Amino acid sequence: MASVSFRQVRKTYGDLEVIHGVTVEIADGEFIVIVGPSGCGKSTLLRMVAGLEEITSGEIAIGERVVNRIEPAQRDIAMVFQNYALYPHMTVYENMAYGLKIAKVPRDEIEQRVQKAARILELSDYLKRKPRQLSGGQRQRVAMGRAIVRMPKVYLFDEPLSNLDAKLRAQTRLEIQKLHADLGTTSLFVTHDQVEAMTLAQRMIVMNAGVVEQVGTPEQVYLQPATTFVASFIGSPPMNLVKGVVKGDRFEFGVGSVVLPVAAPRQGPLTLGMRPEHADIVGDDPSGWRLQVEVVEMLGAERLVYGRLCGESFTLRIDAMRPAPRPGDILTLKERPEHLHWFDSDTGMRVPS
Amino acid sequence: MVENRPLLNVFSHAVLIVGVALIALPLYVAFVASTHTLETVMRTPMPLWPGDQLLENYSQVLTAGSTRGSKAAVAQMLVNSLMMALVIPLGKITISIVSAFAIVYFRFPLRMFFFWMIFVTLMLPVEVRIIPTFKVIADLGLLNTYTGLTVPLIASATATFLFRQFFMTIPDELAEAARVDGAGPMRFFRDIVLPLSKTSMAALFVIQFIYGWNQYLWPLLVTSEESMYTTVIGIKRMMVGGDAATEWQLVMATAILAMLPPALVVVLMQKWFVKGLVETEK
Repeated sequence: MASVSFRQVRKTYGDLEVIHGVTVEIADGEFIVIVGPSGCGKSTLLRMVAGLEEITSGEIAIGERVVNRIEPAQRDIAMVFQNYALYPHMTVYENMAYGLKIAKVPRDEIEQRVQKAARILELSDYLKRKPRQLSGGQRQRVAMGRAIVRMPKVYLFDEPLSNLDAKLRAQTRLEIQKLHADLGTTSLFVTHDQVEAMTLAQRMIVMNAGVVEQVGTPEQVYLQPATTFVASFIGSPPMNLVKGVVKGDRFEFGVGSVVLPVAAPRQGPLTLGMRPEHADIVGDDPSGWRLQVEVVEMLGAERLVYGRLCGESFTLRIDAMRPAPRPGDILTLKERPEHLHWFDSDTGMRVPS
Repeated sequence: MVENRPLLNVFSHAVLIVGVALIALPLYVAFVASTHTLETVMRTPMPLWPGDQLLENYSQVLTAGSTRGSKAAVAQMLVNSLMMALVIPLGKITISIVSAFAIVYFRFPLRMFFFWMIFVTLMLPVEVRIIPTFKVIADLGLLNTYTGLTVPLIASATATFLFRQFFMTIPDELAEAARVDGAGPMRFFRDIVLPLSKTSMAALFVIQFIYGWNQYLWPLLVTSEESMYTTVIGIKRMMVGGDAATEWQLVMATAILAMLPPALVVVLMQKWFVKGLVETEK
């Protein structure tokens, strides 16, 4: 087990810089999820840890050791690939044993480690099969088994769940969590799926366009997004973000203005962010915000209300037990003051209130 | 598509039967001719039922060739042909799989240049470069040797190209997984690439076996001693021009003998061959 440190890590392809200086410290035994839209550089970052991509500048250290110039096999890592990358002509057993065989681990120890991994992953009955005789979920488990038998210091997962169907994905997610609880090995998990990120992460790294936007626990990222990007990327439906101008105790935007329940951090142009679930519908309140309902969606436990607030689109999430608003209704909202987020309209950075 | 039109069935079967007959009849006639004496064969019309000279004719050609044309034993020719038909595909597969591996998996200076060099030779069939090649082989003193017969035909852009295309379909992650597992390039080649290429190799072997076996122009040029003739050349040398009558029954026996090994290879390796052409195990 080991910590992982990124120190000013950059990656360029020719003249194009795709990772713009990432500095993150990952503690020993942590489960870190790197999340971001496609093309943000999250996989590249992971592949640099694995040693499959060269590090243009900066340093990556696993434990105390800087690994920039060390071969992947010597880095004490194991990687699970998105398409599993199982050797098609080898049996499940041979797939898992291959790395150990090359590392010249004694035969009976290989046997013992593979059997143990197979037991953990419930693959014992499939050891003699070839990958093509397995289902997607089983292949995925073999790929994890191949990582487990190596007993590495760091696990690297490159979107390992995206080829599974929704049900299997949820189930495998739980298995990965259990596995991490058992083994306690430092893990880096790359995904573009925010549900995966929120559920698996002890801490998550939110990336956008080669820049780390925020590092923090899922709670921190959800409740205190550091930038408008994080605010809109994490959470479904995303946070309502409206650009406007603070004037006294009013916030002017769109074609009108609303009364702020609490003083804004500063006057002038700002962006206001509000989670869809952080507003209450109140009866009649002159200081309430008036939302004109356009569409209502029923999701079972809750309803999503899409409407316009001062002409700007606004989403509201309400309990399904409440009476359903109808398109055309006007709802009066009371925002919870502790859940208003302020961002600089130009830089997108959070402005502390 | 489910169809039930008896007339159409009859018609399509008739077409197929006629087609097969058209192709098979000459073969049958060749076989029949190889079982008669020369007098019977030369008579008009030629009999269409096998005669009683089968053993005599075949043992004659196998041990002593013809009496009027080439007198080389066909048994030796079969060995020569087999040499060509084995060494050429094995050599081709060995060289091209290694060069394709280099081109696909290694980054070295002028990589694409070398690939195009190999690729361009595709446009130069044997016949175009046959005079310079002959000169080289003659100057090296390799006429009438197995080396001279096989080596010039081993270099192959086709096979290199085919393996390159196949390697490019192997997912990159497989190479990366092997790297993470600690396999060096040659280990990756031996443990992953070679086993995955088995079916492609088998398909290539079948094609190249037939290619090597059927070579005509090249052996015709480099062999002048009877002991180095290949079977296909032997057939030609048994036919005598001018007034003497060619011993057709012996020529036909040799032709049948020349036909058997490629047919045998195709039949025996059919399963692999088809697999290699259609299925990729990835």
